[in-house]
Amino acid sequence: MIPEIGQYTLILALVMAGFLAVLPMYGATVGSVFWMNFARPLAKSLFLFLLISLLCLAYAFATDDFSVKYVAENSNTALPIYFKLSAVWGGHEGSLLLWVFILTGWTFAVAVKSKGLPLDIIARVLSVLGMVAVGFASFTLMTSSPFQRLLINTPIEGADLNPLLQDIGLIVHPPLLYMGYVGFSVAFAFAIAALLSGKLDVAWSRWTRPWTNISWAFLTIGITLGSWWAYYELGWGGWWFWDPVENASFMPWLMGTALVHSLAVTEKRGLFKSWTLLLAIFTFSLSLLGTFLVRSGVLTSVHSFAADPERGFFILVLLAITVGGSLLLYAIKAYDIKSESDFELCSRETLLLINNLILVIICSMVLIGTLYPLVVDAMGAGKISVGPPYFNALFVPFSLILVFFMGIGVLLRWKKSSPRAIVKQLLPSLILAIVAGVAAAYLFNTDIALKSTIALVIAFWALFSLGLDIASKIKNKANKLSGLRKLPMSYWAMQLAHLGVLTSLVGVALVATYAQERDVRMLPGDSVTLEEYRFEFQGVKAHAGPNYSADIGSVLVYKNEQFFALMHPEKRFYPARGSVMTEADIDAGFFADIFVALGEPLEDGAWAVRLQYKPFIRWIWFGGVLMMLAGFLSAFDKRYARKKKTASTEPRKLSPA
Amino acid sequence: MTPKRKKRLILVLLVVFAGVAAVGLLVFALNQNISLFFSPSQIAAGDAPVNTRIRAGGMVVDGSVKRAPDSLKIEFVITDFAEKVTVVYEGILPDLFREGQGIVAQGAMDKNGVFQAIEVLAKHDEKYMPPEVIDALEKAGVDAQGNTLKKDYSINSEASQ
Repeated sequence: MIPEIGQYTLILALVMAGFLAVLPMYGATVGSVFWMNFARPLAKSLFLFLLISLLCLAYAFATDDFSVKYVAENSNTALPIYFKLSAVWGGHEGSLLLWVFILTGWTFAVAVKSKGLPLDIIARVLSVLGMVAVGFASFTLMTSSPFQRLLINTPIEGADLNPLLQDIGLIVHPPLLYMGYVGFSVAFAFAIAALLSGKLDVAWSRWTRPWTNISWAFLTIGITLGSWWAYYELGWGGWWFWDPVENASFMPWLMGTALVHSLAVTEKRGLFKSWTLLLAIFTFSLSLLGTFLVRSGVLTSVHSFAADPERGFFILVLLAITVGGSLLLYAIKAYDIKSESDFELCSRETLLLINNLILVIICSMVLIGTLYPLVVDAMGAGKISVGPPYFNALFVPFSLILVFFMGIGVLLRWKKSSPRAIVKQLLPSLILAIVAGVAAAYLFNTDIALKSTIALVIAFWALFSLGLDIASKIKNKANKLSGLRKLPMSYWAMQLAHLGVLTSLVGVALVATYAQERDVRMLPGDSVTLEEYRFEFQGVKAHAGPNYSADIGSVLVYKNEQFFALMHPEKRFYPARGSVMTEADIDAGFFADIFVALGEPLEDGAWAVRLQYKPFIRWIWFGGVLMMLAGFLSAFDKRYARKKKTASTEPRKLSPA
Repeated sequence: MTPKRKKRLILVLLVVFAGVAAVGLLVFALNQNISLFFSPSQIAAGDAPVNTRIRAGGMVVDGSVKRAPDSLKIEFVITDFAEKVTVVYEGILPDLFREGQGIVAQGAMDKNGVFQAIEVLAKHDEKYMPPEVIDALEKAGVDAQGNTLKKDYSINSEASQ
């Protein structure tokens, strides 16, 4: 009964989304307040129905209702309750339901939080979100309903959740990632609304920016968590594989980062307007492309649950309609939207343009590397794969150039800076950065590696610029401390986000150069040395878990011959699916991780063991956390709150329509 | 030239230059770093280049896995049930590697016709078959157990010729 309610409310939600897509849009087109007023209640009811639908599915999981096909395929009575609940998005159907649910969640948030927005804009924005919801709700219903029953041959026991996904990382990674992915639909909807109304003013950018920054923050942390999860759960200590599914989430992030910067110019200076709109369209299109790549089964990985050509075709059509439609609209309407002012070559605008240019280039390269094998295969020209060397060869230089320009950009003023003053300011910091970077590289490891040293120099260079900028902000203040305190929240967010980039950069540079890894055959009592660590294998014991059996190894680790840690890597066997899992044991440290994983048992009690030393790897994710915090922080800047109040007291002024 | 035009020209040149540099690098990197897939039949026919990074894949032959007693060196044979290729690898194999399983390996052919693997891929699901292997088996006209496919056999063998 409960699953039927879920199915039913999902159908109702589709109907609501259909009304939402049509009625307010009609109202905004003919200028009828009556029809436009439908937008908010429809958006709220849409959210309510999807919430009920999702809860019904969660209930089916919690009560082990294996007559529901999706539950039977992805759950098991032996599964702990929190994994039963997270198994809701452990397969294709449920994760799509979560996608739609989060979309309606964003729609709901826009409807509730938009009191000050002119009615015609909000009607259009919610309508566009309604259209997206129609697409994905019908996709879920027609090709992948999670509520399908197995009335004949109801299994007594479920097939269990994929053991890889029985992990805290899975509980939080997909929802956060989707919050980011789908959140860009709001920026997209605002962009379409601006194109339709032919109006893009400061109020528009002030409205769009916080939504974009928050989605960007969610996507950042979602990707960071995914990388962390791959590191410890896939078992082999890599943190980024340039796997197509990773790229699928990374591309909207790159484009979204460009959008965040371009929006800043649009808000502060009334420039780059049509470019910002284009970026908003591209960012959401890449989110949809990511959904297509991951959900259609054209790629095979831990993320693609079932290859079903019908599903792939459906998303491809959705993608074509969204991209084609919005670009057509852009082509017709973007000409109406003109920039208001001008800028000198030596200005922050130019540097932000460079930032956008580089980010778009990087994103295109990732896109080409990801799609190239698919295109070649589709043309029947053979099966090729584009590996990490391609991505590294391109990503590394361009991202270093990007950070180099960041070091200049943060110091420049809007509209016009004096080139001479900038050079005077930057020359000492360049020299200092070279000294500091080389010194840091040498202190870390006397074997200097060129690539990581360059990365460190550039990181110091940008770091000094961030510091110089703060110093110049309070230079003329009598009281330095209160001067610092008066700097707006969004300024601190900018600083924090850039600091996050530098933190990740340092982590990547050091771990990529100095990580050590050895696969060895070890008998109990054997010792292996890696850097200043000595690993002593002590053998393996059997252990019975709640829904698995395991071999737990013991490895004693000595650092400089002092006891450092006792580590317990595991090899697990999950009988429900007959699958084997490697659970690595990681000793996490601020400066280095020690990583031990069991390979396979060999004869005479020997095991294949993987030992790894990963310096500064935590910094990569720590940088991601800083960037996420910055994204949230920026949305709480006072001027967004203030604007809402003034806007709500005099809405007519903003919307002559 | 007015200052405004000059500025615009500089910006346009900047974009063009960056674009050209990007495309150049892209083509170069793509040429260097793609690896083609070869089935055991193609390798036996001598289609695969020597000492060039390629991928090879097929079913691991039952009883063919041999380990060195004192290191992680391992040798096994993969097949598409038409031809066989010996693969040598040193390191830890994925959890799902076993005899009778479809795998894909990354590496290069050496002079003696042995595939020197630097990476062995077997994906996360025991039911999973690498699409390249499915394709290779289809071209050889067999299913994963080595039984001759009845359906589409003629079409596929024609396509492979």
